[in-house]
Amino acid sequence: MPDLLIELFSEEIPARMQARAAQDLKRMVTDGLVEAGLTYASAGAFHTPRRLALSVEGLSEASRDTVEERKGPRTDAPEKALEGFLRSTGLTKDQLEIRDEKKGQAYFARITHEGRPAETIVAEVLTAAIRNFPWPKSMRWGAGDLRWVRPLHSILCILSDEQGARVVPMEVDGIAAGDSTRGHRFMGPDAFSVTSFEDYEAKLKRGCVLLRADERAETIWSEASSQAFAQGLELVEDRGLLDEVAGLVEWPVVLMGEIGADFLDLPPEVLQTSMKEHQKFFSVRDPKSGKITRFVTVANIETRDHGATILAGNGKVLSARLADAKFFWENDLREVREHGLEGMAAGLSNVTFHNRLGSQSDRIARIAALAREIAPQVSADADDAEQAAKVAKADLRSEMVGEFPELQGLMGRYYAQAQGLKPEIAAAAQEHYQPLGPSDAVPAAPVSVAVALADKLDTLAGFWAIDEKPTGSKDPFALRRAALGVIRLVLSNGLRLKLRDLIAAADDRASADDLLSFFHDRLKVHLRAEGIPHDVIDACIAMPGNDDLTLLVARAEALAAFLKTEDGENLTQGFKRANNILTQAETKDGVEYSYGADAKFAESAEEKALFFALDGAQPKIDAAMASEDFGAAMGAMASLRAPIDAFFEAVQVNADNQLLRRNRLNLLSRIRTTCGAVADLTKIEG
Amino acid sequence: MTDAPRSFQEIILRLQSYWASKGCAVLQPYDMEVGAGTFHPATTLRALGSNHWAAAYVQPSRRPTDGRYGENPNRLQHYYQYQVIIKPSPPDLQELYLGSLRAIGIDPTLHDIRFVEDDWESPTLGAWGLGWEVWCDGMEVSQFTYFQQVGGHDCRPVSGELTYGLERLAMYVLGVDHVMEMPFNDPDAPIALKYGDVFRQTEEEYSRHNFDTATTEMLLRHFEDAEAECAKILSAPAEDPRTGKRIVMAHPAYDQAIKASHLFNLLDARGVISVTERQAYIGRVRALAKACADAFVTTEAGGAAA
Repeated sequence: MPDLLIELFSEEIPARMQARAAQDLKRMVTDGLVEAGLTYASAGAFHTPRRLALSVEGLSEASRDTVEERKGPRTDAPEKALEGFLRSTGLTKDQLEIRDEKKGQAYFARITHEGRPAETIVAEVLTAAIRNFPWPKSMRWGAGDLRWVRPLHSILCILSDEQGARVVPMEVDGIAAGDSTRGHRFMGPDAFSVTSFEDYEAKLKRGCVLLRADERAETIWSEASSQAFAQGLELVEDRGLLDEVAGLVEWPVVLMGEIGADFLDLPPEVLQTSMKEHQKFFSVRDPKSGKITRFVTVANIETRDHGATILAGNGKVLSARLADAKFFWENDLREVREHGLEGMAAGLSNVTFHNRLGSQSDRIARIAALAREIAPQVSADADDAEQAAKVAKADLRSEMVGEFPELQGLMGRYYAQAQGLKPEIAAAAQEHYQPLGPSDAVPAAPVSVAVALADKLDTLAGFWAIDEKPTGSKDPFALRRAALGVIRLVLSNGLRLKLRDLIAAADDRASADDLLSFFHDRLKVHLRAEGIPHDVIDACIAMPGNDDLTLLVARAEALAAFLKTEDGENLTQGFKRANNILTQAETKDGVEYSYGADAKFAESAEEKALFFALDGAQPKIDAAMASEDFGAAMGAMASLRAPIDAFFEAVQVNADNQLLRRNRLNLLSRIRTTCGAVADLTKIEG
Repeated sequence: MTDAPRSFQEIILRLQSYWASKGCAVLQPYDMEVGAGTFHPATTLRALGSNHWAAAYVQPSRRPTDGRYGENPNRLQHYYQYQVIIKPSPPDLQELYLGSLRAIGIDPTLHDIRFVEDDWESPTLGAWGLGWEVWCDGMEVSQFTYFQQVGGHDCRPVSGELTYGLERLAMYVLGVDHVMEMPFNDPDAPIALKYGDVFRQTEEEYSRHNFDTATTEMLLRHFEDAEAECAKILSAPAEDPRTGKRIVMAHPAYDQAIKASHLFNLLDARGVISVTERQAYIGRVRALAKACADAFVTTEAGGAAA
């Protein structure tokens, strides 16, 4: 049982693509091997900035012989048919079998496909994998036609067993497979050949390449932590950055440097953002003061001066960056001291938000008016909400946000604090953008909630008014995210808002019905993720007050829970049966049976019992509905399940006696009305 | 290992002789205002078609919005790029590039040189490529790109393009913190000049001009003129009535595209282009660049059979 080792050696692969690519290589190769009839014991994939590697252990030597049986023409078919069959199978007539069929006799061919050696299959499978590799972005280079993420330089492909290693003969676009590779670009540049995966990993290490990404990440993390710890400091955790940096180096060398004293008063987020975004540095914090005081950079090389040149260079680049940041920070603070955030926001009148929706200033004025209107409904002070909305986006004009757009909001908060605005107002500057995505935190502070809602509703109503709605995969203004933001703000704060009214207040040119149905679509997606099926939501959307999302979701949750019970499922069936019979009768008779059924015409015990049950349940349901306790209402409905089932079991609705029939149809109408109190059960599927 | 260079111009000279020694034609800057070395027809147009090509040159580049009145240590509205383009990209282009760093005194075994993903795209040229920004000790010193498309045309063969931001690179090599303090010629020359002696005043003048005084109505008019002229040039019949030869005027048309692009940059610096209009302007320049590329590939230099 040989082992297979593959390495695809290229110019630097983008860090973000490496892990996925290694998995794709493993999947494509192992799937291909298995499909071609080979088996294997285990497989592992690896990646560094310059290579993807795959180790497959315990591969079968060859695929097994397989026999294919093919049915040919009948024995009495014209000669031509037989000739064609012989041609397609490559057999002669005497090699065919004749078998009895239902309608006479037919020729059968047995074709033996000989098993193929692993080499041949590996060569085919790897060639196909390279040619069809699913890189997110790939390129051509030189005069060739092959596509790879960056130029592919060599292919290592060997099968090894006790007898030794052999190269799998194959070639892709002029690159022939071999058994050699190279180590680190600078520290181990010479080619070497390998005989097995163990040999490969060991020689790479000697050539200053750590093959395993998790080993590189671990090395970086532990080395950086211990260097920080030795100084009484702590490394700021950043898993995403760690993975990225582990993908940027083959031989991680951790170097810790100091941040110039001039910059230590910058907000920690500014330091962290600047260092991470521009330099891929980790931040090191002083646990006592909470301040970021040092940085960690990860080099890809050991040098004779132990990294001194590298550290000095990095420190210099950082200082230049931070000098910019400090310059922005001080200019912004001066502007705020002299003119306030309102003054800073004034410049937004020159910035177009959208050519049909005016400037950013126009937009802010609309948001402020809307925030004021929303404020009392979310227990916020109207003056605070209005003022917060007026300054919340002022930092878009700040120099710091101009440089680091990702700090928008946060800088607004700092600057609002510096100006001495109320903490609620400062917080709103940061929080009104939230929630940004499905997993982002949802603000709870009333002023923040008011401004966040006003911001999103203004955007949605505005773009609806000018008919720039999302279509298909196109959503350039992130309106789906805005709608989900409104939904999460409403639900997580249990807000009782009439969205129709707010849409009208935001922009009366927008079709409230259409926008509301957009909200409902987003709500369906949101609730489906929480396990509430779409038909349940549809059943609740069909009810009045559907622009009150909190109410809508309360209905949906109660209904979903109810439908999971046996009573719920059966009651729905009973309701549907009642509704079907009633609808058919109403269509046929051209009348609506809703006059009120009379118990005195009830004949059988089951019919009387149903009257009794409905009379008993009705007040309970009414009371529950009055207090919007949909769970209790559905609980009361559950008591109807048995009487309804029994009624349908024993009673024929469409009786010959017209009086009885009418009364029974009216009784069904009561079922329909009563059971339809919480949701439109006709929408429930199944 | 060569000793360290001592001035801005020495770095340029070393790059020139290095790339000359590697077989590149050392061209001179294009005589028009451009935003980057890529705009030089030696790159934009020559990246198209099947003809092989190898060129290196300095290109003065202008980015009006980056003007800082000569005060910012790193930002300039006028700066130099060093540009290398080789078609087809040779298999050892990374090694050749590292050799150029050695030539200017950067020893890759003492520094941390990295190839960090950076996909290059020029919306105004309708061009894109994949490659990296090259980092030296955490600082971006070059752009390294394999051109995939230019002017909407697939590049076959693919060109390898290297772009060095000369001021930044030189500041690093020379250990200077403020660009204006950088020695331009040899610091021991009888008349030693710093970068600031050459460019401080012009940075100030152009910053004022670009941000506050350039006449926007005129710029808008010139933009439209360049656009119209480009179309007019390309619409002329291929056969020249005077000589009777087939003369497609791809380069003169492309000059107008370059002009339009620079005028757009100036308008942008004047702050008179809104976010939405911006896209429209970029689209208009791209349409010009694309039309020029379409024309170029029908010419001999563009690989069409003569």
